[in-house]
Amino acid sequence: MDASALITSVQGRFPDAVSSSHAWRGDATVVLRREFLVEAARYLQEDPALRMNYLMDLTAVDWSAFGKKPSPAFFSSSGVAVRPPSQVSGGDPWPGLPSSSRFAVVYHFYSTAHGHRLRLVIPVEEADLRVDSLTGLWRGANWLEREVWDMFGIEFRGHPGLKRILMYEGFEGHPLRKDYPVAKRQPLIGPVN
Amino acid sequence: MQREPSFLTSRLQEAIGWARKFSIFQYPFVTACCGMEYMATACSHYDVDRFGAGFPRFSPRQADVLFVVGTISHKMAPVLERIYEQMAEPKWVVAFGVCTCTGGFYDNYATVMGIDTIIPVDVYIPGCPPRPEMVLDGLMKLQQKIQDQHTTGVRPGREVRPEALKEWTPPR
Amino acid sequence: METTPTSSATPAARTASQELETRDMLLNIGPAHPAMHGIIRIVAKLDGEEIKEANVEIGYLHRGFEKMAETVDYNGVIPYTDRLNYVSPLINNMGYCMAVEKLLGITVPERCHYVRVILAEISRITDHLTCVGATAMELGAFTVFLYMIKAREFLWELVEKVTGARLTVTYCRVGGVKADLPDDFEPPCRKAFEETRKVLAESRQMLERNRIFTDRMSGTGVISAEDAISYGITGPFLRASGADYDVRKDCPYAVYERLAFEVPVGTRGDNMDRYLVRMEEMEQSMRIVEAALRDIPPGPVLANPETGRAIPAAEMVDLAKAGKITAIAGGCAVACPTLEGSGRDRRPSIATDEKRVFLPAKEDGYGNIEGLMQQFKLVMHGHGIRPPAGEVYFPVEGANGELGFYVVSDGAGTPYRVRVRPPCFAIMSALEKLLAGDMVADMIPTFGSVNMIGGELDR
Repeated sequence: MDASALITSVQGRFPDAVSSSHAWRGDATVVLRREFLVEAARYLQEDPALRMNYLMDLTAVDWSAFGKKPSPAFFSSSGVAVRPPSQVSGGDPWPGLPSSSRFAVVYHFYSTAHGHRLRLVIPVEEADLRVDSLTGLWRGANWLEREVWDMFGIEFRGHPGLKRILMYEGFEGHPLRKDYPVAKRQPLIGPVN
Repeated sequence: MQREPSFLTSRLQEAIGWARKFSIFQYPFVTACCGMEYMATACSHYDVDRFGAGFPRFSPRQADVLFVVGTISHKMAPVLERIYEQMAEPKWVVAFGVCTCTGGFYDNYATVMGIDTIIPVDVYIPGCPPRPEMVLDGLMKLQQKIQDQHTTGVRPGREVRPEALKEWTPPR
Repeated sequence: METTPTSSATPAARTASQELETRDMLLNIGPAHPAMHGIIRIVAKLDGEEIKEANVEIGYLHRGFEKMAETVDYNGVIPYTDRLNYVSPLINNMGYCMAVEKLLGITVPERCHYVRVILAEISRITDHLTCVGATAMELGAFTVFLYMIKAREFLWELVEKVTGARLTVTYCRVGGVKADLPDDFEPPCRKAFEETRKVLAESRQMLERNRIFTDRMSGTGVISAEDAISYGITGPFLRASGADYDVRKDCPYAVYERLAFEVPVGTRGDNMDRYLVRMEEMEQSMRIVEAALRDIPPGPVLANPETGRAIPAAEMVDLAKAGKITAIAGGCAVACPTLEGSGRDRRPSIATDEKRVFLPAKEDGYGNIEGLMQQFKLVMHGHGIRPPAGEVYFPVEGANGELGFYVVSDGAGTPYRVRVRPPCFAIMSALEKLLAGDMVADMIPTFGSVNMIGGELDR
């Protein structure tokens, strides 16, 4: 199935769950409301036309600093106005942020039977950082969700043992969030460097 | 080794130094990419065995040189310190690769910026990863250090990073 | 490590029919352990020799790749990708660069595709050599390890001839590669492959008829294809269990669809099958490189030699600044020998001609104003490669499985989010299942055939 057929299939099955979708650069992407996640994932796994047997990747994005990076002109101190960035562009533009929420959990699925891929984006509000766990459907989701919890602080309801995986237990904070400074160290032993 | 050395004992110390430097039992504390170059140095092409350092001893109790090979993260740092403390004197430490010397280009929340902030280091081998020739050069410098230490009877002051540099932050 | 009393009753009260009460023993393996290929920690609950449960703890080499990628520009991420799967760095470079090229919507010249494929396959061979060699060493076959590292040295010398470095090469760029293959690439490549084939034949002789090796590897670490897919396992580990999924065949990229090769698939899903799959994959990779070298389109495009005297480019600039125009009249700039292969004559075959992405040839950067402007716009702070805002996912076949890069851009010169889908993360998450039920000694071949690379697992 090509990208648009995939999107139509998901949209047809969950008409009120899909908030937006696109196939930018050929990647079929569907933005789904979080309540429908497990149901949609089960549909993706079991429907014979889709048969997404692989949960390839599970990650998250923190959209809070999107577009905020300053792009100064080289001579901006002398009063020269900032010129618009010369982007390499081609084709239709990307639709934009999936939602207004700060985080989004991104799932990549693949089907070995049909050879097609789908990306599911679940927006997550900062006030309520919880999503349902997919460990019942795919066993690989266990560690992937632990990593998202470790790096972003998003909790997965129903996960058998949600604890840190890459950082150590005494670490405070979630490093991949945009407000965590790169070089803020919390050493266990030794100086702060 | 504090008293005035006589002819026989100084010859003896030199001999012990010679024996120690040519029979290094290394503990390769391998973590990352430098481990690949360590393997290359230890194997037939560049052969570290001809220096007498061919046998890695994977127990700190049995080793005398701790080769710290590869990046040390803050999660691993207590383990490294414990391994170092478990080794018996005389012991030496080689910081292999730029991540162990100064942290490399991983200046972030996870990396120890140089193991000399945790344990004292005798020889620094920079490189990312260092070529085997550089490793052998570092090994020979270590051997020279071992020999000198036994000949002169002076254990050089272990270099731990000076206090002034410990809290230095690079200008952004 | 807790040891257990084997019986709670006093000897006098114990009768022959009374069961011995036992408790499990917790054995901590790692993180500093020779067979742990880097650093992970396994806390195994043992019942005698049998592993009842194994808890795997990772993260000891977490170096913050994804966070560092947000602080440097698009080309600056490439050195960090080298150090992900550090035994096959060219595959990581290629995967990342192709992901960013998909984001930009540009393509590279055909010869560049071939060059990338050739080097990626050579990297795959070095990865499998290291994996099989290390596994064999831990089972006692130290000679096999030495032989395989010898073969790896030949391949690394080859890689050094092309890229300048043995291990951390940083060879690919967004939009192309750093330099073309040297003109005399084929003879040393042939020699290296001859040595590698000899080594593989010798290793096969030493291992496959060795009772110790076959007994320890067969029947241990078994996983079925459905379980493997549920864990997200891909690559040789999956193919040994019988499922035939290879990104190069199923979602082809670069020029893989034009090259004839086979993908070995196993049946039993145990360590022996994984070893056999890897050995066969090395042979197939060599075949791919040989086919690619036959089909590769020719190199230099512009006619050589140019008219005029050759003046080193930096010298030309200095002379021009000093006003000595007559000295440079009629001369043409040439780049210095360390930039061999990246000169203007090779430029059309190794890089895209999109000016907003790839640096100009040094002769142009020093020699004319358009090249200087192109260099300025790509290098100066505040400028650089600026892809359109968007997100892409691009998978390549890494040595351990599907290596995917999910890159998000917000239009700025630095990536917004770079996520690596590490293939051995999925395999390691299945380690607990693989080890349960086997004996302690089976942990060694199983873990060896997992080919855990710390840089990729923990990033």
